[in-house]
Amino acid sequence: MSQEQSANIILTANNLVKTYSQRSGRFGFGTTQIKALDHVSVQLRAGTTLAVVGESGSGKSTLARCLLQLHPFDSGEVIFDGIDLAKIDKDALRIQRKNLQMVFQDPFASLNPRMKVGEIVGEGLLIHKLGSAAEQKEKTMQMLTRVGLQASDAEKYPHQFSGGQRQRIGIARALVLQPKVVVCDEPVSALDVSVQAQILLLLKELQHEMALSYIFISHDLRVVRHIADDIVVMNNGKIVEHGKVDDVYRAPQQAYTQHLLSAIPGRKVA
Amino acid sequence: MTEILKIADLSVTPKSDPTRFLVKNVALTLSKGKTTCIVGESGSGKSLTALTIMGLLSKQLCANGSVVFQGQEISQLDNQAMQKIRGAKIGMIFQEPMTSLNPVLTVGYQIGEPLTAHLGFKGAALKDKIAALLTQVGIPPERANSYPDELSGGQRQRVMIAMSIACEPSLLIADEPTTALDVTVQAQVLKLLDELKTRMNMAMLFITHDFGVVNDIADDVIVMFRGEIVETGTRDQVLNHPQHPYTKALLACVPDAEGLKELKPIDYSWLEHAA
Repeated sequence: MSQEQSANIILTANNLVKTYSQRSGRFGFGTTQIKALDHVSVQLRAGTTLAVVGESGSGKSTLARCLLQLHPFDSGEVIFDGIDLAKIDKDALRIQRKNLQMVFQDPFASLNPRMKVGEIVGEGLLIHKLGSAAEQKEKTMQMLTRVGLQASDAEKYPHQFSGGQRQRIGIARALVLQPKVVVCDEPVSALDVSVQAQILLLLKELQHEMALSYIFISHDLRVVRHIADDIVVMNNGKIVEHGKVDDVYRAPQQAYTQHLLSAIPGRKVA
Repeated sequence: MTEILKIADLSVTPKSDPTRFLVKNVALTLSKGKTTCIVGESGSGKSLTALTIMGLLSKQLCANGSVVFQGQEISQLDNQAMQKIRGAKIGMIFQEPMTSLNPVLTVGYQIGEPLTAHLGFKGAALKDKIAALLTQVGIPPERANSYPDELSGGQRQRVMIAMSIACEPSLLIADEPTTALDVTVQAQVLKLLDELKTRMNMAMLFITHDFGVVNDIADDVIVMFRGEIVETGTRDQVLNHPQHPYTKALLACVPDAEGLKELKPIDYSWLEHAA
């Protein structure tokens, strides 16, 4: 890889291995090892979206969690900004966390029901001690309005919002710290198609404005086609194919990718 | 007679507030050998319509209107009479196969239940029929002795399908049957449902929010919005030549696999024009 290309890469994972043990056999005396990640390597180019697709159990969510150091992994490295995140200590990692944020799938489960929206969105600023209280409040309000909510919504609780609005809160919470990398784990799977379109457009706009790099985990190959630049296809903990979205969709090389793409419902709809 | 089910002037309201319509003036006709898809967003009334047909509406809700099934008005029937129709003449499949199956009974037993209850099958004849049904939905007949947790999501949904077609119903109602499944499994289950519909000459009412699925399986399409039907037509009419502004707007939100289309969120301004 040339110097110029490698300078463009914001996050790299090399040879990630993650094994889960599961009790097995009658009475659960035995154990089986499940390789959730089997020597997985990915590269995220700055300012672009890398989609990770695959069926349930393919390891895509495990990959997301390992990239953000939310799960320990057995071996391999995750390099962000020249630092191997698995090797640094807790305090150093905490400082890096503001650059690495996550948007979750279920907007009902991922927001604390006892906290006001303003507190949820502003919590990251408080933890990372970014600015004075007034500045934090100001930033929180700005972020809320930017994602399409009202400043007055800061005083409300999550249950007062619809699914789409909650996902906007989740996005505001992730982006208020001005991260560099955002991992979106099935961010639109729980939403109606009309709301899904709004959220996808919002994510695209924000990526442009804030120079964000996305890792977009999804099982919906139609959504991926619209949002991603690059794609990796996972099956049984391994990457079976990777490349530019246009190339992979037009001419999938691996039988598994072809099988997956041919199963997209209604390929010629409207 | 090709007409299997005819609904007219169907409305559903909460008992506590009869002025709030959850389903309003719905009329539809289902015919033998045809798949009719109801599409709409959450809260559009598509599942409530299906539940009303089956007489499974929550006690807090109240339905008005007529539901005629094979020439018989069924909306006023009591629960006992409905039980004779449900599972025998009207089959049902729901979204989440794990919650619809009983975890402590074998799948063979559960498939056999409607056969015993409605058609009086027992002994060797029952066993043979269960094996035949499993084979028909693509599961090895020896899996009759398995429990639901020993099967994958796709297999569980196949078991649900075997159960719902056991008594050869003339109408099959499927409420988002593939939403919880992976795309490859979804494609297989859709193909199976389509084959069964043709082979058994059933009418199928298929509820979904996915226009891709509609394109793959529907003969006719009904679009619902806030409890009302806004558009009906053949698959080609609705998908390729939508007339109503809401249908057009909803279709513009659907991402295509080719990535050629620019996504447009729904602009509700037409609502004010209409009002």
